[in-house]
Amino acid sequence: MALVAVTAERLDLDALASELTAGAPGDGAVATFTGLVRDHNQGRRVRFLEYEAYEPLAVRALQRIVDEARRPWPDVRLGLHHRIGRLEIGEASIIIVAVSAHRADAFAACRYAIERVKQIVPIWKREHFEGGEVWLEGATADPDDEEARQTAQRIACA
Amino acid sequence: MRVTIRLFAQLRDLAGAAELEREVPDQATVQTVWNALKREMPSLGQYEGTVSVAVNAEYSRMAAAVHDGDEVAFLPPVSGG
Repeated sequence: MALVAVTAERLDLDALASELTAGAPGDGAVATFTGLVRDHNQGRRVRFLEYEAYEPLAVRALQRIVDEARRPWPDVRLGLHHRIGRLEIGEASIIIVAVSAHRADAFAACRYAIERVKQIVPIWKREHFEGGEVWLEGATADPDDEEARQTAQRIACA
Repeated sequence: MRVTIRLFAQLRDLAGAAELEREVPDQATVQTVWNALKREMPSLGQYEGTVSVAVNAEYSRMAAAVHDGDEVAFLPPVSGG
């Protein structure tokens, strides 16, 4: 199983965690994050979401996040899978697993990864709500924006 | 020379196409391609200043040169997670 992936398939947190922890008896901590599709956003009743990706660049951006995280947390191993296509309420849109000898690094790397996903991974969500639909837009993606990267790292270590 | 233009999310909706083939001058940069696209489809201008760009599925810059056969992508602000 690839440690980073963009897929239309249902995400499998257990499988990703097993892949990362296999044969590593020095591990002491697994931190995970799962992003779910929720039924409300900014006062709107959400019916479902549609995710779209620029897939080859999205996979590279996910890999970049893994590589970036090695600098502050050299002993952490990270996996990130992002789902695309139509997702119903309650389904997982992203799973992140961070494995480390110690909990502090695992938690921090996991948080860093989701913050960076929101900054630099070329994936977009279209929200279908009661009464309409809208593309959501967050950050202008710029992986070389060091200030943004440091903000993610600060949040991760807060 | 010819380039393939890829558009995503709201930019794709505004353009009415996910992929376009366009002739661009030799010595063109990503900026040249973007400017020509805005002239053709003025509504894309709302993304001036917030659009990100990629060439051949690698993040790039407006000042980067483009070459014959390149895939030039214009990306609105992202909203993954």
